[in-house]
Amino acid sequence: MAKSKLFWPIMVLVFILVFNLFFDPSFFTVEIRNGRFTGSLIDILNRGAPLMLISIGMTLVIATKGIDLGVGSVIAMSGAVGAMTVTGSPEGSLTPLFLAIVLALGVSVLTGVWNGVLVSRIGVQPIVATLILMVAGRGVAQLITNGQITTVYYEPYKFIGGGYLLMLPLSIFIVAFVFLIALYLTRKTSIGLFIESVGANPSASRLSGINSKNIILMVYMFSGLCAGIGGLILSSNVASADGNNAGLWYELDAILAVVIGGTSLMGGRFFLTGTIIGALIIQSLTTTIYSIGVPAETNLVVKAVVVLIVCLLQSPEFRNKVFGAFTRKGIKDTKDKGVTLS
Amino acid sequence: MKKLLSAKLLLLLMLMFVLVLAACGSDEEAAGTDGDTGADSDATETEDTGSDTEEGDSKEASEKLVIGFSQVGAESEWRTANTTSMQDAITDAGHELKFSDAQQKQENQIKAIRSFIAQKVDAIVFSPVVETGFETVLQEAKDAKIPVFLSDRAVDIEDDSLWVTFLGSDFIEEGKKAGNWLVEEMEGEGEVNIVELQGTVGSAPAIDRKEGFEQIISEYPNFEITKSQTGDFTRAKGKEVMEAFLKSDGDNIDVLYAHNDDMAIGAIQAIEEYGLKPAEDIVIIGVDAVKGAFEAMAAGKMNVTIECNPLFGPQMVEIIEQYLAGEEVPKRIAVEESMYTMDQAEELLPTRQY
Repeated sequence: MAKSKLFWPIMVLVFILVFNLFFDPSFFTVEIRNGRFTGSLIDILNRGAPLMLISIGMTLVIATKGIDLGVGSVIAMSGAVGAMTVTGSPEGSLTPLFLAIVLALGVSVLTGVWNGVLVSRIGVQPIVATLILMVAGRGVAQLITNGQITTVYYEPYKFIGGGYLLMLPLSIFIVAFVFLIALYLTRKTSIGLFIESVGANPSASRLSGINSKNIILMVYMFSGLCAGIGGLILSSNVASADGNNAGLWYELDAILAVVIGGTSLMGGRFFLTGTIIGALIIQSLTTTIYSIGVPAETNLVVKAVVVLIVCLLQSPEFRNKVFGAFTRKGIKDTKDKGVTLS
Repeated sequence: MKKLLSAKLLLLLMLMFVLVLAACGSDEEAAGTDGDTGADSDATETEDTGSDTEEGDSKEASEKLVIGFSQVGAESEWRTANTTSMQDAITDAGHELKFSDAQQKQENQIKAIRSFIAQKVDAIVFSPVVETGFETVLQEAKDAKIPVFLSDRAVDIEDDSLWVTFLGSDFIEEGKKAGNWLVEEMEGEGEVNIVELQGTVGSAPAIDRKEGFEQIISEYPNFEITKSQTGDFTRAKGKEVMEAFLKSDGDNIDVLYAHNDDMAIGAIQAIEEYGLKPAEDIVIIGVDAVKGAFEAMAAGKMNVTIECNPLFGPQMVEIIEQYLAGEEVPKRIAVEESMYTMDQAEELLPTRQY
């Protein structure tokens, strides 16, 4: 059990959740209000949905030894496109809603194509290639919304991020759907293996017959799509498009979620379930900070300390040094490590 | 050969992508209502809007002034309303306006002020992008004997002879107004638990609106701020934080004080989703008086909003005229602001410009 990559992230998540009990005994209670399930746990899933989506896309990109810094801007663009499409639409028809979804996701996938082509065909370093979109995308979003916060009065649009299905927020189902698709494609078909092999060694993969360029293009498109869905959820949830602030710093949170989940930034093996847990850790931490009454000025410090602890727990070297000193097995592990390294 | 072809095709695709993006941008911009603040107006290029609004009946045509106005940018509805107000006030008074948008960059603003000086304008109005670093250019203006009026934001310069006056909102006063309204409204109610949504940590409006509010509340022991957290002045954060407040404090929340209306609007959504009635179960106070707040109040979901008025163009023009007529002007002038309650909202909603 302790050997699993997921053990420590799950422990931290459980710890954060249990920690809340001391401040709010009703933290785990899920009650039915307004004919819907309500409670902090539902909130964490609901609020964490965009981050989980984006982290799923980011995991695959990172698995190919890439990185996608553009996702935050894609969120802003997708939300802006979606909101501007439905602004002023009549209430009765659902066509504007579908048009908005198609356009927003279309633009998001295009941004993925842009990133993927820059990285796989032109050979620009991923961090530089996606940085272009990170800067430019927010500008495009601001142009689309004219630099203003646009409010949407078209009711059906609010359903994507604020609607309920089977008494649960719709966004939870969207995440579950995308997650299961990604899990199926990467674990039941050979795509997952291809991605890992491209991440581990692109040249060797190419020589063994894998079209690594297309694999890379594909993961960036997928990441763009995930960010696009996340952007729609975020914009629909508050029924407005905000080119300046929507999705700000999401790329960093997503990278963090991936790393907490156990995927290495050096590419190769990846852990989608770990990523989901990583994203949940980040979101529960945020919700915890809001509900236990940490002064606003210290939010970021508290967050940083917890992230540091998670990262330290994730490091086998650190665990062996701290916990290993007390057990024989630990010492043996350390020794083994030393031998294999030299 | 096939490879070459596909590479070319991809290049073509990317080119098209860029063009589509560019086209998207210009379309939206052309559709925008406010051409003057469009992102591509050159910072150093000054625009003469005086000549094309001739019907602005000049009451004091005898004394036509040339006024240079350097605005921060067009980052929010508030700012755009401020720009429009200033432009209209200047041209309506029969003066000539030279406008420049700094696009959040100090260097653009310094260039603009230098160009105003070179054009020998009668007065310079500007909203500084940042507080420091304007000494040299303001000294140049002083040497050229051109008076400088600060609008909305202050500068941090020791030599206060470099500018005539600073006209802008008093954020502490806004906080106090919010506190006073609440105390008057709920004094006899026993224990009152207040949750506060702060603005961006460290920003002047967040610090001052909190301080002003607390000054009033602290005198009444039955009023207590139980939760206070930042919502970054955005709707999404306001909603998320309020959700967490509701889950931990639930029905014990009597009042929500949000440092701007956008956060209040986000919080209203959270309250509704939680199953409480905003404005009835929880009293909601916002600041800014933007259109969205009036819509919420007209729908009976918000109690009061404290105005943070961007429409101080006419007041500014009056001050400039007074000063140039030789009258004394105080160094700090607060913008005339009021507050609006739920009952007034429906009536005023159609007249709100921002």
